[in-house]
Amino acid sequence: MGGIRRRDFLKGAAAIGGATAAGFPHIWIKDSSLARAADGEIRVGVLFSLTGTTAIIEESLNKATILAIEEINAAGGINGMKIVPIEEDPASDPATFAEKARKLVVGDKCVSVFGSYTSASRKAVLPVFEKRDNLYWYPTLYEGRECSKNVVYTGAVPNQQQDEFVPWLIKNFGPKFYLIGSNYIYPKEENNYCKKLLEKHGGEVVDEEYVPLGHSEFSSVINKFRSSEPNVIFSTVVGDSVVALHRQYRAAGLDPAKMPMASLTTSENEIAAMGGDAAAGHFTSAPYFMVHKSPENDKFVGAYQKRWGGDKVTHFVSEPSYFQVYLFKQAVEKLAASDITPPTIREAVKGESLIAPQGKVQIEKENLHTWLWPKIAQAKSDGQFEVLVDSKEWIAPVPYAAYPGQVCAEQGLQES
Amino acid sequence: MEFALQQFLTGLSIASILLLVALGLSIIYGSMGVINLAHGEFVMLGAYSAWALQTYVGISLLPSLVLIFVIVATLGWVVERGVIRYLYQRPLDTILATWGIGVMLQQIVRLAVGGELRYVQMPDSLSHSVSILGADTPAYRIFIFLMAAALFAATWYLMNRTTIGMKLRAVVQDRNIAACFGINADRIYGLTFAYGAGLAGLAGAPVSPLKSVSPELGTGYVVDAFMVVVLGGVQSLFGTVASAFLLGELSGVIAFLQNDTVAKTIVLLAIVVLIRFRPQGLFVARVRA
Repeated sequence: MGGIRRRDFLKGAAAIGGATAAGFPHIWIKDSSLARAADGEIRVGVLFSLTGTTAIIEESLNKATILAIEEINAAGGINGMKIVPIEEDPASDPATFAEKARKLVVGDKCVSVFGSYTSASRKAVLPVFEKRDNLYWYPTLYEGRECSKNVVYTGAVPNQQQDEFVPWLIKNFGPKFYLIGSNYIYPKEENNYCKKLLEKHGGEVVDEEYVPLGHSEFSSVINKFRSSEPNVIFSTVVGDSVVALHRQYRAAGLDPAKMPMASLTTSENEIAAMGGDAAAGHFTSAPYFMVHKSPENDKFVGAYQKRWGGDKVTHFVSEPSYFQVYLFKQAVEKLAASDITPPTIREAVKGESLIAPQGKVQIEKENLHTWLWPKIAQAKSDGQFEVLVDSKEWIAPVPYAAYPGQVCAEQGLQES
Repeated sequence: MEFALQQFLTGLSIASILLLVALGLSIIYGSMGVINLAHGEFVMLGAYSAWALQTYVGISLLPSLVLIFVIVATLGWVVERGVIRYLYQRPLDTILATWGIGVMLQQIVRLAVGGELRYVQMPDSLSHSVSILGADTPAYRIFIFLMAAALFAATWYLMNRTTIGMKLRAVVQDRNIAACFGINADRIYGLTFAYGAGLAGLAGAPVSPLKSVSPELGTGYVVDAFMVVVLGGVQSLFGTVASAFLLGELSGVIAFLQNDTVAKTIVLLAIVVLIRFRPQGLFVARVRA
């Protein structure tokens, strides 16, 4: 030993620590904790994968988001300030999502970030937004069971997609359901809720099965469809597995009129990849379909195709990606230019509503989820849907619908 | 009984896809000893060629098969001449190089035609299902089975009954001695690699109407292909067939009785155990050395 004596060293270190805490508190507390709009521009992050496995769909979410931002800027911005999008490519990898989110929030000081398709990526960025009290806008339908004051959820939760859908399927096709999904949290939570609804409406589960993500060999599964003879195949298979499942179902000669697939995940996007013939006759429940008739939707589809190409489709995740930017705009409009921070935006967006392409939507102030208009539609061979059931009223989001006694409220998750 | 037959045919169909994908690798890895991690990307390029020929040129799947073989084989030849031939003495570097080529091919495809899933039409003449002893089987899967069988037969003939096959076997046994007898080993290796790549392309084309065409298409197949080849015994073509059949039936049956996740686990476990006790694989090619 020698040189610095331990006791002196500790004293010195304490003194430096004390001076830091007392002398420059603003360094730690004020500037770095809060992102803030300044200099006549509002910086937002756009965090959708442009490479990797889910790039296929996330690219369209990026396009819808950018379209909305360009439209708002072209119309004069928000109270004269321009929205400046900072795009990052998280490469379909949850760890990269977290890293890029940190860069957008801490480095670029964005006041909000629009992003994510998979639940895995949302879960990965959540700590970043909660720690910095920033705001994440998540457009995808998802499994619910989450209650964060740092995420605005504009996609559907299970009760919004299934409450009407499951009884309708039982009534039209019969009570026997075969539940098939990809093997991760989203399909399992959706099926949890589906089983509750089946119990309530007199349906039954003939089999419940999960295939690995990216699975593409469904011949054994199709043999099981044949042997268990369900009335409805309730599908939460995602990604390119959806394509393989539909094509092999058709090649096997099964009949959608007798044993239709009822999906929460098959959109115009997947149908374009599988070919209309393979999709025709099957059903999907979602708040938005490209064929939906409304002036707002005509405008959205027209603008989207004009900007990104006439062969592009819009679907039930790209639509929320688009309208949530407008909700962001409405929230920021209510704020003074010096007071645009994530928490003030969050407070301002509570209860905010607008006419989206799907109909009038509203952010529920209790849980930051969205009131939506679920629809039931049947796929046709031209690659589009035909909407069969339009809900008569909008449906409230209940993120804990499958978990009685748990409620997501403004103060956080309440358990009784 | 009917279901047992149905399930047997399903297993056979899975096996023929496995065989299609593994055949090219069996040649490249088995004969040349090159661990070609870009194999999956050759499969992917076969699928994209089918898509491009159908969408832009208007050739439907069946007639385009010959063209697809030529396209992917040419690319394989370029890869062998441009990169692999410098690495025959450095097997570990080959792994890295082929991996890199695979990643590049994926990204090139993504940049050139975009990342979205593509759609290849199934030939109308094959889109019905046929009843075999009461079991409904898609005609298209029967076609894949026949195609796998035909390609296997052609490959076996090429390796064992033609001059080029004999030369290849000679080069594999002892390159220097073969060269002394006037065999151009470089040319033989180039052609073999091209042939293996072409076979991979031919595997990608027929599976594309059953599955989806995306730049990542090949990543799953390369694993399957290595499993089949290693389990079958590296230098044995018949071993490749036997192990494809075994893996196909096994994963089909377990997937039917349990589910696909369990099937995948058990199949991999079985391979690990088998390789532990029989490292040379199921079959050993008899070679005088």
